[in-house]
Amino acid sequence: MSKELIVVLLAAPLVGFLINGLFGKWLKGNEKLSGGIGAFAVLVSLVCSIIVFLRLNGGAAPLEAKLYDWIIGDFGDDSFAFNIGFHVDALTAVMLLVITGVGFLIHVYSIGYMHGDEGYTRYFAYLNLFVFAMLILVLGNNYLMMFVGWEGVGLCSYLLIGFWYDKQSATDAGKKAFIVNRIGDFGFLLGMFTLFAAFNTLDFTAIFDEAKAGTFEQIFGANTLVIATLLLFVGAIGKSAQIPLYVWLPDAMEGPTPVSALIHAATMVTAGVYMIARSAVLYEIAHTGQVVAWIGVLTAFFAATIALTQNDIKRILAYSTVSQLGYMFVGVGVGAYASGIFHLVTHAFFKGLMFLTAGSVMHAMANELDMRKMGGLRSKMPITHATFLVGALAIAGAPFLSGFWSKDEILHSAWGSSPLIYGIGLVTAFLTAFYMFRLIFVTFYGESRVEPEVASHLHESPPVMWVPLAILAIPSALIGLLLGWGGHDSWFHHFTKSVFPEAHHDASGNVLLFMGISLVIGLAGIAFAWRRYSKRAPADEPTTGIHRLLANKYYIDEVYNALIVQPIKNGSHFLLWKLVDNGIIDGIVNGVAAIVRFVGGLLRRFQTGVVQAYIVSMVLGIVIFLAYYLFFS
Amino acid sequence: MPLEYYLVLSALLFTIGVIGVLVRRNAIIIFMCIELMLNAANLAFVAISRSLGEANGQAGQVFVIFVMAVAAAEVAIGLAIIVSVFKHRQTINVDEVNSLKG
Repeated sequence: MSKELIVVLLAAPLVGFLINGLFGKWLKGNEKLSGGIGAFAVLVSLVCSIIVFLRLNGGAAPLEAKLYDWIIGDFGDDSFAFNIGFHVDALTAVMLLVITGVGFLIHVYSIGYMHGDEGYTRYFAYLNLFVFAMLILVLGNNYLMMFVGWEGVGLCSYLLIGFWYDKQSATDAGKKAFIVNRIGDFGFLLGMFTLFAAFNTLDFTAIFDEAKAGTFEQIFGANTLVIATLLLFVGAIGKSAQIPLYVWLPDAMEGPTPVSALIHAATMVTAGVYMIARSAVLYEIAHTGQVVAWIGVLTAFFAATIALTQNDIKRILAYSTVSQLGYMFVGVGVGAYASGIFHLVTHAFFKGLMFLTAGSVMHAMANELDMRKMGGLRSKMPITHATFLVGALAIAGAPFLSGFWSKDEILHSAWGSSPLIYGIGLVTAFLTAFYMFRLIFVTFYGESRVEPEVASHLHESPPVMWVPLAILAIPSALIGLLLGWGGHDSWFHHFTKSVFPEAHHDASGNVLLFMGISLVIGLAGIAFAWRRYSKRAPADEPTTGIHRLLANKYYIDEVYNALIVQPIKNGSHFLLWKLVDNGIIDGIVNGVAAIVRFVGGLLRRFQTGVVQAYIVSMVLGIVIFLAYYLFFS
Repeated sequence: MPLEYYLVLSALLFTIGVIGVLVRRNAIIIFMCIELMLNAANLAFVAISRSLGEANGQAGQVFVIFVMAVAAAEVAIGLAIIVSVFKHRQTINVDEVNSLKG
């Protein structure tokens, strides 16, 4: 495995971005070319990723290569250097395959989905830039490079959420995502600073080796690594939408649907999970995994309960994503890193699939997202229905589909860590199955509630859209079986074994028993949804108190608005704007002007324009001078 | 004649010039009064130079030549300005030429 291969892998989307970004004006008339360039760039990366994967799988050693020094600080003993370099091991390879694999299919799908859009080339430029940033994030061999990618994907996320920038809600959602992420990124930065202060480097291998040996500087005493890992986790909370910073992700659905699939389900939001898995050594030593796991499981439960009552397809999927990300954090939190990453992979496929399917429904329904206005779509859109069903079964944990394997592994590992986490996770699994099949039954089954004018041209999507759906459906269904057969002894665990520290919680209990319990729970959720929603649509208005609470998302947005946004706004308005800016700063500026004006007003009296007046003053001056010299000196 | 006589004459001429400049409104009269002041100064120069004697050089007298040359140049420009002011405003009353007031 060579450095050049990685460079090509990384450069392809960048080139695609530059072409579409710089020459978009000329490409505008030719959508096929513009989209084709975008998709082809990612295809190149995909091929490179597959080669990387095959080499690693064939027993090649992980690649650790430096491209060039980026920042050099030469201070004698305190010298440091940050470089642009790659660290490619099994974990990287898995992420590469997910990013470029799902990414490529979503690019292809977008060619059809974005047809006729005003910003067609801009869209593909952003999407390629996103893939580039995401690749930097996973390829970097130090935290700084990871952070560059981290910010890069954040930027692309912002740009793509607000893609339809003439829509107020879209720009608001973009800003919300950006600002909320800023809070998390601030934590990530502080974490990096802590690590740098302690280790005097940000390179992964150096940090992990020193951490294991305990030879770093204990800048906060024994708590150094605890503080560092928790701060890094704050970054993950922001990027991966966990409590309390998850609020941006549901709103992020304002962007084009393929963006939701790629960025806000499959790749970017999993960056936090990747970061923790990458830093596994630190989390093991600091024992902060428990915090991660608890935040994860609470988020999983919390988001799942909100998803129960939403009526907007994409919002349900968004809350489901938040919830599934919670599962991943449980996985990496309890020390089952491989299981967490495994769930990341399966989730990328089935959630990406479901988002694209939702896009397909939107496409057919003239951008309608409220499932109360759908129903009975199965006969009109058989492929969409079938693929969505695959995704829903996978997430609900139907036997032998991918979610079944990955979620079960996480729950199993959680049991070994804390039965309470396991219990909450299990309830969440039930809720997951329930809300997903509520979505399916209400959308695809029962009576059609479609508006007549929409119903007339209700149609299956074009092949450029449904073919990626069909292709994605295959891994969504089977990847769990292929990679996860054998639970903790599976192929996936063997492949990633070299990357992660040994799991300290031995998986205990009968594996089959756990599988059985998960299975029953999942099927119970489906059955419950069928009983309630297969015949009738959800009620228009919430009736009971708890229903109202859930439908309004626990009023979290309102609470944040009242507790954080409004005080800041008021503080800015009254204190910063009215008092500091208008009062003090403008006061000083205007005050200086007023003094000058006043003095000028006095002096202008002398400027009469009458020549004689000038001469009088001149003569007077001369007389005064003369008098002074003659009589006083 | 003693030096004082010359200096008193010079001071009188100068004072007449100053008062003329201050009280008259006709630009040309003001101009003439300025010339009067210059020549009062010239007179003082020459008188003092003479009374100091040849041994102390002729600098005071030479300076008068300079002042005259400068005054001639000044007259050329000053009269030109007055003519052009008159062309614009049909007056050379300095009280009416006051558009530069603040």
